[in-house]
Amino acid sequence: MAIFGSLSDRLTESLKNLRTKGKLSASDVDGTVREIRRALLEADVSLDVVKKFTSAVRERALSDDVNRALNPAQQVVQIVNEELIEILGGQQRRLEFAKNPPTIVMLAGLQGAGKTTLAGKLAKWLRKDGHTPMLVAADLQRPNAVTQLQVVGQQAGVEVYAPQPGNGVGDPVRVAKDAVDEARRRQYDTVIIDTAGRLGVDAELMKQAADIRKATNPDEVLFVIDAMIGQDAVATAKAFQDGVDFTGVVLSKLDGDARGGAALSVASVTGRPIMFASTGEGLDDFEPFHPDRMASRILDLGDILTLIEQAQQAFDEDEARQVAEKFATDSFTLDDFLKQMQQLRNMGSIKKMIGMLPGAGAMRQQLDDFDEREIVRTEAIIQSMTPAERANTKLLNGSRRLRIAKGSGMTVTDVNQLVGRFEQAAKMMKTVAKGGVPQIPGMGPIPGAGFGGGRGKQQQKKKGSKSGNPAKRAAENAALASGVKPGSAAASGGSGFGLGGGKPAEQQIPDLNQIQKLFGR
Amino acid sequence: MAEGRSWSFGGALRNLFTGAQKRVIDEDTWDELEVALIGADFGPDITESVIDELKAKVERYRTTDYADLQRMLREDLEERLSKFDTTLKLTERPAVVLVVGVNGVGKTTTIGKFAKFLTNYGRTVVVGAADTFRAAAVEQLGTWAERAGVQIVRPQQHGQDPASVAFQTIDFAKQNGTEIVIIDTAGRLHTKGGLMDELGKIKRVVEKQAPISEVLLVLDATTGQNGLMQAQAFLEHAGVTGLVLTKLDGSAKGGFVLAVQEKTGLPIKLVGQGEGIGDLTGFTPHVFAQQLVG
Repeated sequence: MAIFGSLSDRLTESLKNLRTKGKLSASDVDGTVREIRRALLEADVSLDVVKKFTSAVRERALSDDVNRALNPAQQVVQIVNEELIEILGGQQRRLEFAKNPPTIVMLAGLQGAGKTTLAGKLAKWLRKDGHTPMLVAADLQRPNAVTQLQVVGQQAGVEVYAPQPGNGVGDPVRVAKDAVDEARRRQYDTVIIDTAGRLGVDAELMKQAADIRKATNPDEVLFVIDAMIGQDAVATAKAFQDGVDFTGVVLSKLDGDARGGAALSVASVTGRPIMFASTGEGLDDFEPFHPDRMASRILDLGDILTLIEQAQQAFDEDEARQVAEKFATDSFTLDDFLKQMQQLRNMGSIKKMIGMLPGAGAMRQQLDDFDEREIVRTEAIIQSMTPAERANTKLLNGSRRLRIAKGSGMTVTDVNQLVGRFEQAAKMMKTVAKGGVPQIPGMGPIPGAGFGGGRGKQQQKKKGSKSGNPAKRAAENAALASGVKPGSAAASGGSGFGLGGGKPAEQQIPDLNQIQKLFGR
Repeated sequence: MAEGRSWSFGGALRNLFTGAQKRVIDEDTWDELEVALIGADFGPDITESVIDELKAKVERYRTTDYADLQRMLREDLEERLSKFDTTLKLTERPAVVLVVGVNGVGKTTTIGKFAKFLTNYGRTVVVGAADTFRAAAVEQLGTWAERAGVQIVRPQQHGQDPASVAFQTIDFAKQNGTEIVIIDTAGRLHTKGGLMDELGKIKRVVEKQAPISEVLLVLDATTGQNGLMQAQAFLEHAGVTGLVLTKLDGSAKGGFVLAVQEKTGLPIKLVGQGEGIGDLTGFTPHVFAQQLVG
């Protein structure tokens, strides 16, 4: 599901009228700016930031600059996008490591922001990168925070330094200081200090945080803030900036449906970059924050870069080539289909993936209706077949179908539907592989566009070049097939097999393609 | 604590009226009021409706006095807040209270304080540690139970089904004649369908043994407009009967609860104002509005 979903809905709505108009008048801009203002306020962006943002957008939209452009409406989208990126911190920033280890990272934030969990995530992430992190339990305030950190550390497989039992006993400044010596002695290259949650108005605890900072001289002080926080984000961020002066921000609980306006406010008010985003309860739900991608998400332009990265991780190229060959030689079986489906699932939730695609905002409703378990059911049906049946669907007579239905807990009708769709799709793929134009009902270009990106172009090439030389033609077909494969297989997995989701987006596409061209994607 | 609160609590709204005795109501006033209300997380909708109402009143009484405006604002907020019944209903024996909310809002802390609050009135209390998911949540609740001097039912094994812990807690209360049962649940984001269903299961299991007296949704005062979505989701899945507003000792004003109340009809029942065990009080609309506006 697209993060910032509700905000992108609002902005898309408010910009829709603008897109359709040929010319841009001052009142158009005013109306749009009002909508943006309201959307941002409902997203909990701080009022000051909203005012600054909207006046900047308004000014740029009305300047001569915009009138020179071919399509003023697109210009406004671009302006909003650029301004969003600007506020979100421009370029992505990485953790800075100390020249002489250990690198010290200190975490600070309000109670319940998610510091302890984040400490575990950060440690695990660093460990994957080949670092040797050590966690330090300097939250001696909250009951059993030390125990929690120990459990988290165990899950992440990293050392936890906890000399004090916590629950109000012990001096966190001393613990932090000792931890650094300990890390140097035992040659850990990163120290992550988990501190107690504190309120911005609590002068005493704020001083304690400042003391920890002074005692350990950390390379990075990360301010952990809940994505659901409201207007208070600014006051809190300022208090922490004055109190401990953090160097970067981590946005937690981004997997909820909070519109995440706090991200905009904090980055804008403190001028500190947002470095990481935490997106779930598992220790792996943690990723570097990309301002440009996030801005695109807000505007519902899709997060294609992330999607491609995930796709590259999940798809095995060799296997893809093999499958492409199978298409061409008409030996694509249900077994291969099952493998394809499992590969697709390796990429994570289908919903999450579709949510990253441009225009997904418009199909959010359909997305909510889409049942992830449908895939599991399809898998169950295929797995209830014998290898011979999977290789040759012609074998499937009535009694075999009944057996499969019983084995998978489905009805014969379901089995029939699956087999019917599979045969249809296999025929289509054969056509594609042989260079024909497939008649695929309801297969929008969207699912294919996400993978690799080259598919559209290759399809066009195929229409034009029908070489008379059989060898040359076969080579062309092979190239075509390998390009086509992942996309079309995924697409038919999506729509050809009754796992709908692609259809509703179709009418959205021309519009979004335009905008995408605008940003040079 | 009281001093600390008057320093920060509702600061934005109060600043509006300090040193303003000699001022008259003009266009700037409405802008400032809008800034203050939005800054207190009331949200654009409530802000608009409050300002419209006040404008109409100012028009009707033809006043230009700031003190009048302040009084009208206080009355307006108080009226909105007291639309619903804020008393806790704990007449069943045992009275079962389920505490739910998203991650990190202060559920466990609230339970500790609530248990103390009830024992102060001479009630016997048992808490059930049904947060079997988060690391060390059971230990955290154990510490609070010890501080409040109440009994606790822990899961028998690691990662036990939360519904079964709830079941055992009520069983314990029935056998020992404990009057009030408070059940802690794991924090869950309201967007996670599976986890919300789990909450439904806990509720069903508990209801087989004893009727549930209250389902309290804990909301963090620093939350913004997302609080509304939280409340709606939890109302749908867990049948929330009342709200607890926590972390009011910070600089946040929690204005979003007004929107929550109006959209869902859920009354605020308890207010948490600190990390000490005595920092939990019942909710009084009059006092809340007074603190907010001054």
